[in-house]
Amino acid sequence: MNDLIALAFTAFLVQNIILNQFLGICSFLGVSNKRSSAIGMGLAVFFVIVLSSTVTWTIYWKMLYPYGLTFMRTIVFILVVAAMVQILEMAIKKFAPPLYSALGVYLPLITTNCTVLGVAILNIQNEFTFSEMLVFSAFTSLGYTAIIITFSYIREQMHKAPIPAGFKGIPAGLIAAAIMSLLFKGFVGLI
Amino acid sequence: MAIKKKRITPKQNILKGLFKENPTFVLVLGMCPTLGVTTSLDNALGMGLSVLVVLILTNSLISLIRNIVPAEIRIPVYIVVIALVVTLIEWFLEAYVNGLYNSLGIYLPLIVVNCIILGRAEAYASDNTIYDSLFDAIGMGLGFTLGLSTLAFVRELFGTGGIQLLGIQLFDSTNAAGFLITPTGAFVTLGLLIGIINTVRIDKQNKAKAIMDEKIRVALAKKKAKQEALAQAKLVPEVA
Repeated sequence: MNDLIALAFTAFLVQNIILNQFLGICSFLGVSNKRSSAIGMGLAVFFVIVLSSTVTWTIYWKMLYPYGLTFMRTIVFILVVAAMVQILEMAIKKFAPPLYSALGVYLPLITTNCTVLGVAILNIQNEFTFSEMLVFSAFTSLGYTAIIITFSYIREQMHKAPIPAGFKGIPAGLIAAAIMSLLFKGFVGLI
Repeated sequence: MAIKKKRITPKQNILKGLFKENPTFVLVLGMCPTLGVTTSLDNALGMGLSVLVVLILTNSLISLIRNIVPAEIRIPVYIVVIALVVTLIEWFLEAYVNGLYNSLGIYLPLIVVNCIILGRAEAYASDNTIYDSLFDAIGMGLGFTLGLSTLAFVRELFGTGGIQLLGIQLFDSTNAAGFLITPTGAFVTLGLLIGIINTVRIDKQNKAKAIMDEKIRVALAKKKAKQEALAQAKLVPEVA
């Protein structure tokens, strides 16, 4: 149990997926401009990561590994992610229309979000057990959601700041992200 | 596509990828490997060249099948083609360049979801000939390599005091700004580089605009002078 808590903290804070591993930077810079879209994207990514990690982990250890097909990993995983996103989109549209109108736009973008495939591959590379995999996926994606939402607040404030024309937008965002990742270094001593 | 009608030469196509539409500094695509692997110049070159090879293969293949694939399922088809090529590159590197394979780590399979590759497939290869797509891929791949190596050069030089690949050591590593090698350094360096490039570009545009304005002003002044002269010429006979 202690191991799982430590793993959760590591995934959430110490090895934060955006600030430390650089996965999902494209979407991080793309949608953190507005608070509402950051929240939508963050929640959609959370759902997709937990679902697709469970499916890819099961496929890898129950099908690919026993039959010596591990070399197919990348192709199978990206197909699973694309299919998951499609199914999730259809399911939400059918059963939860209000949720669909909130998350709908972000779902297709998630297929090419490196976080999803990255977490699926990290689960395999670290040889996690099923419960470790669940904790790792959930807290990594929560880390992503937390950062992207916090950052959207910062960027909304930055619109008011007098920034030189050349540094407006992405450069200023990157520098703010640098300061944030410096803050997150403080969590290293936690574990 | 606006560029479809106007044919551009292979040389212009490559230069476009290198400078005008540089994927790292201008389009800001493929940020994950850009920040992740640029701790040293050799990693950056390895990553850049891998993406170059993948891009050349996927762009040509997708351009080849662009008329067969139905429009509704084109994105999944493209992703499968890209995943196939990336898997092949992965095997090749694992077998022959194992050091690079290990240092690129997770970023190597993640080339599959690199926005540059799917972006070029969708925006260029899906409605251009194989010949044009090939040069587009070379330009974009080289542009990405250039972006990565610039970033890595700055980070490694100031972060460790020298470049291992070139065998130079400018100053002792104890005096270097070690934080440039950490994730924080990656964000700062990239932010500053893009900012500086943008500033230079805006400056250039303003200068070009100032020159243009000056030309227009001179031309207008000339026109006005001419009209006045004409009016004068008309006035004189009337008085007489």
